[in-house]
Parts: sequence; C-alpha cells; structure tokens
Amino acid sequence: MFRSFLGGIHPHDGKELAKDKPIQVMPAPKELVVPMSQHIGAPCTPCVKAGDLVKRGQLIGTSPAFMHADIHAPVSGKVIRIEERPHSGRISCPAVVIENDGEDSWADGLPLERDWRAMTNEEILNAIQSAGIVGMGGATFPAHIKLKPSKPVDILILNGAECEPYLTADYRLMLESPAQVVEGIQILARVLGVKRSVIGIEDNKPEAIDALKKACAGIGIEVATLKTKYPQGAEKMLIKVLADREVPMGGLPMDVGAVVQNIGTVAAIADAVVRGVPLTERIMTVSGDAIAEPKNLRVRIGTKYSAAIAFCGGFKEEPDKLLAGGPMMGMAQFTDEVPVMKGSSGILALTRRLTEHGPEMNCIRCGRCVKACPMGLVPSMLSILSQRQDFAACRDSYGLMNCVECGCCTYICPAKRNIVQYIRNAKGFVRAEMARAKAKEAPAKKEGAKA
Amino acid sequence: MSEYTISSSPHIRDGETIPGIMWRVNAALLPAAAFAVWWFGVPALINMVVGVIFAVASEYIWQRAMHQPVTAFDGSACITGLLLAMSMSPVLPPYMVAIGSVLAIVVVKQSMGGLGFNIFNPAHIGRAALMVSWPVAMTTWTKMQDMSAGVDAMTSATPLNILKLQGYDALLSTFGGQANLYWNMFIGTRNGSLGETSTVLLLLGGLYLIGKGYVNWVVPVVMIGTVGLLTFVFGPAGFFTGDPLFHMMAGGLMLGAFFMATDMVTIPMTVKGQVIFAIGAGAITVLIRLVGGYPEGVCYSILLMNALTPLIDRFTKPRIFGAGGDK
Ligand code: SF4
Ligand code: SF4
Repeated sequence: MFRSFLGGIHPHDGKELAKDKPIQVMPAPKELVVPMSQHIGAPCTPCVKAGDLVKRGQLIGTSPAFMHADIHAPVSGKVIRIEERPHSGRISCPAVVIENDGEDSWADGLPLERDWRAMTNEEILNAIQSAGIVGMGGATFPAHIKLKPSKPVDILILNGAECEPYLTADYRLMLESPAQVVEGIQILARVLGVKRSVIGIEDNKPEAIDALKKACAGIGIEVATLKTKYPQGAEKMLIKVLADREVPMGGLPMDVGAVVQNIGTVAAIADAVVRGVPLTERIMTVSGDAIAEPKNLRVRIGTKYSAAIAFCGGFKEEPDKLLAGGPMMGMAQFTDEVPVMKGSSGILALTRRLTEHGPEMNCIRCGRCVKACPMGLVPSMLSILSQRQDFAACRDSYGLMNCVECGCCTYICPAKRNIVQYIRNAKGFVRAEMARAKAKEAPAKKEGAKA
Repeated sequence: MSEYTISSSPHIRDGETIPGIMWRVNAALLPAAAFAVWWFGVPALINMVVGVIFAVASEYIWQRAMHQPVTAFDGSACITGLLLAMSMSPVLPPYMVAIGSVLAIVVVKQSMGGLGFNIFNPAHIGRAALMVSWPVAMTTWTKMQDMSAGVDAMTSATPLNILKLQGYDALLSTFGGQANLYWNMFIGTRNGSLGETSTVLLLLGGLYLIGKGYVNWVVPVVMIGTVGLLTFVFGPAGFFTGDPLFHMMAGGLMLGAFFMATDMVTIPMTVKGQVIFAIGAGAITVLIRLVGGYPEGVCYSILLMNALTPLIDRFTKPRIFGAGGDK
C-alpha cells in the first residue's frame, strides 16, 4: 500500500500494560514544581515571585527570545519558592514551586469558549502562542513557530504512530476524544493552508484507526494505516511513508513541503483555540513492569513523578531504571523528584529483567545495526571511530550528524555495544568544534566590517 | 548516589547475544559433522575434538595471559576449531590439527585484537598455513573402495582430483555413471575433507542459519551459482559443456559457501557488498579449479575476498537517508 522506510526494529511493545486503561484524571497534588525550561529554545524567566498568589492558566514564565514557549500556572495557589529543582532533561533547572490552594480557579477571562471558524489565522496563531504549546511527543519545539513555516507547505502529517514501546497516551486520546483531535487538525490545516492532511497510525492500534476513520468521514482528512515498526513515528520516516518525500540531509520537513504534528499537540491546540485555555495539563502513560497499576493519566504540569507513581499504586517491584519518555529514546532519571513537563509523554519504571544486558563486547560486524538504521548509516563504524576518537572520520565519511538517535542500532546489537552513546560523544565533540570555529570567525568578520 | 541506574538510551535490548549466534552456528555444523564420523570413522571424530579443544584452550590461555575478559566459551573459538578440522582430510595426524587451531586462534584472531578484528577467517588461515607446512599430509585422503563396477581396487583420490588428473569420463566411470555420481555427492558418500562431503546436511545447516537471520541467503546462493555458471560455460569440451551440478557439490564449496563465506566478521556488511564478495569468491574458486594448479580453490578464494572486504565495505556504504539519488 504505502512505501515503507528502510531499517527499523520490532521491539516488544509492552503496550498491553496500559492500553486498555481509560484516561484517568489525576487530582492536582499539593505542591507543583514548574520548570522554566520545558521547550527547545531560550529558558523562560519567572514573572512571579515567592509569595504571589496565582490563578490556573496565569502566565508565570516568559522570555523575550523568539524561540521559546510561555509557561502558565497549572493550578491556583501561592508561589512558595523559586529555586533550582531536578529536571528530567538537564539535571536541574530554575522552577516556580506552587502550593495548590485546591480551588482550581482559572485566571480572569478563562476559559474562553469561541468558534475558531470565526477567527483569523493570525488570531489562531496568537492563541496557540499565548497558550505555550510545544511538541508534546517529546520534541518540545514551540508549536506556533512550527506553524509559521518559511517555505510553502502542502501536507500536514499527524503522528499517531506512538511507536515507542509502553506508551499508550496518544492511543487513548485518539480512542476517547477523536472529535477533539479532528477539530485540532482542521484548525491546523486551515492555518497552514494545506491541501492534504493525513493521520498515520500503526496497525497495532486498530481501535484508534476505526475511531478516527469515523470521526474523519466526509471531511477530507485521511487516516493511514502504518506498519508497526519502530521508529515509524520519527518525522522523517512518517513523511517518507505518507508523502513519499525524503527530507534532505540536514533539512527540515518544510523543505519538502510538510509539517508534522503529534496527536497530543493537536489536541492541546484544539483546547487552546476553542476553549481558550493555556497548556496546564497533559495526558501521559505511567507504566513499566515495576509499576503496580499502569495507567494513562491526565496530569497537571509540575506534578512530581513520585506523586504520579504513587497515584498508580507505587512500585510493585524494585525498579532498576526510571525513565522520562519511552524506553527507546527516553532519559534515565536520577530521582523521582523530577516534575512532569509539557513534553512528558510517559513515566516508565523498568525492572532489571528488562534493562539488563550482558557486558559490551567487540563488534562482530554482523551488520544488524546497518540493517536496522533508518537513516542509512553504518552505526558500527560510527561507534568504532568514535571510540578511537576519530570524530572527523565520523562526520566526513560516515554521516555522523544525520543520526537521529533513535536507538535501533544499540537495541539490535548482539555485542551490546552502546552505539548511541558513542555517537552522542562524537556529535558533542563535532558541535563543540563547530562552535569554536564560529567563535574564531566572528571577531574576524567584525574587523572586516570596520575596515 | 542515584536511586536508579543511569545510562544512555535505549533502555531495552534485543535478546540476541554473540554466544547465542555462535553456538547456533556450531549447532548448524553438527549434522555434517555427525555424518563425517559415520562415514570416515573415529579419526574424523578425533580430529574435530582435537580442533575444538585446542582452539578453545588457546583462546582461554591467551586471554588469561593478556588479562583480557575471557570469551573463549562464547562459541566462536569452537566454530574455528570445528571448521578447521572439517575442512581438512580425516586422516591428517591430529597434532597437525592442533597446530592449525592454535595458529588460527593466536595468530589470526587474538593477535589482531580478538573476535571482530580479524580480517581473515581464522580457520582458513590455519588450513592454509598447514597446507604450506605439510603439503603431502594435507593432500592425503582416506583410502576407500573404488566404486566403479567390477573393479575391486582402493583409491584415495577425491572427485576433484580425479577430474583434474584423469578427466571427466574417468570421474563418471569411478562413480558408475552420472546419476550415481550426483547421488553420492549429494548424500556425502565420497572422498574429501571430513566435513565437506554431505551436500544435503550442509544445506540443512545453512538453511537453519538463513532462517535464523544469521546468514543472508544471497551469499551462498550467489557464490554457488557463480561456480555453477562458470563451470558450465567453461566446460572441458568447449563452451557450455561443463557439469555445473558436480562442481557445485564438489570440494569444499558447500561448506565454504554456507559456513565460511558467511562468517560475518570477515565479509562485507551490506547486501551489496556481500553480493560482490560472493561473486568474487565463486569466480576465483572456478579459476583455481579449472586453470590453477590445485584441484580445489574455495579456501583461497574466500581468503582473497576477505582481504578485499574493507575495500568493498568502503565502496558499498548504504545511501544515507535524504542524500538524494536512488531511493
Ligand atoms: S541511533 Fe543513529 S545510527 Fe543508530 S539506528 Fe538510529 S539513526 Fe541510525
Ligand atoms: S550490530 Fe553490533 S556487532 Fe553487529 S555490526 Fe553493528 S555494532 Fe557490530
């Protein structure tokens, strides 16, 4: 039916743990920790101070930088502190700590029910921007910037693949609120002025496919069934499979006329535009073989992992790893004190049974990583060259910077080589080198300008 | 410090391991090895056991002496010892097998950096080294009943020897006709290296490896196909008069094509590269068989292609996603 992408893997998806658990609203906890960096771009600066009373949806962090997304109070209550707190992506980060007053009263003028059809594109984009929406699949790219592409686009692709094992939040959302998803898509399609909108869903979620097909009947949004294969939900793979276009090396989706949005993002956009509410909560999966009662939760931004895990019955076994996000690309956490953020698609607690693997051995050149790499790289060579510190060869001869860090190579390697880690080291080195080169060039240019 | 283990993603791994792969390759060799014991008797068993023990022991001792992690029992040294014994005459004195095993492990594998860093197939180098050192012993075969009807004589020639020295007609009369020739070659009741004779059992093991995904079918198919095609085209009585079926089942081709030209460490990593490798190995085999001084060329052809593998790998890198060109 559709062309597939080359490579990819078929890990055990673990979705049976939470797939049939309806989204449950988790009551907002007593204390919320809202990090000031929840997106790609400049961190926000708090615009409230300790002691201030805040309402739900009130702006509490913003930045003058173009690349940022505003941050809002997830509950009503009192700002008790602003301080460094653990952060799931960067060890620690300044955060606004709010004591929940339990009233949950909205900021003035919220929510604001309105008919998006009567709004101009400008108004819609403003609504999305002031709601602080980011890519909710985990990429956390500010949505309003992605929706103003600098090149013409003609296709909107909705990522309903949810290819990360264990995560079922998007699946439940599609199943339970197809109308909201569809409304979000219609809004985006109009703003972008695209001819074609297509939702891609993996064929291990037939119920979600049915639900969306029904909701999309007669309104010109396509629902496409994708082969279940990781990383089917990666932007470049989706575009390849659904539009048969290849994002050029180093390029962006808009270079081939496409915009990709995650299902969770689309639903948040519908909320922001139609109900006028900023992003203060999200749907996420709490799962893994160490969690007593895996669930899909509607949870406030700023809820600590420990609280969400307790709400799911705590641990039934000692976890070896606590992950923010899925097992393929998620980040291992030091502590369960980290808070849920806009990009938190899941909290996973995995026991040793799932995480343990033997010691790293030599590459036996079996070629499994080459076959699995969706980007057409030779991961084994990248890892070996990176180990030898030959970073220039990684970059120049083996396409280092094209790696999307999907983890397929490491997953499949029988020698249990930490290929992605070697690749990250090499990338870090190459980026630092580029930064140094730029720094050298900049003063030279200035002098040239003077003369 | 942390309550939880911290490491880079991904956090889950496929269950396949190096010992898993290696031991299954050993298992795939077992049917042909068992047949060898039945057909050639106890000397075959002794040679295989000696090959394995010396390969594993020398790897163990080397790794202990060099203070390296011991991986001698991951199955790969076992393959080396077993393949080495299987690719040589059953009547080779066992001490030679032992020397070959030690050479293969110490010189070819461990001194290059261990599993994964050897350019050449260790068993093949071991065999080639013995060939240089003891050419007579290495080409002395079992004495067995001449199969041609009515002649009650003993012969110690392999089918390829007969073909090389006496011609195709002599080969046919030795086996009592073409159908008999094919049948014996297929089942394995013929003279030769101890593990190479049974086409059917080697095929069986090879199919298992293909099914497991350890071997890409194109390698054996292309290599054997190349030999078949070229031997047919360049026949003894002019173009298109050769006997491809015989050549495909003769010598060490089945053993080499399924178990040595597929040794992942020493062959190209991409399918494109593997096809080039297999064509090259097949063509060189034919060149040696038909033109060269030896009756058989599988071992040398694979070694030559092993040497070219780094080069082939460099020129057959996959196309990077988004690089333009062929999709
Ligand atoms: S992590 Fe990078 S090298 Fe490994 S499979 Fe993914 S894209 Fe390829
Ligand atoms: S999968 Fe692992 S052992 Fe196999 S070629 Fe890649 S890095 Fe080497």
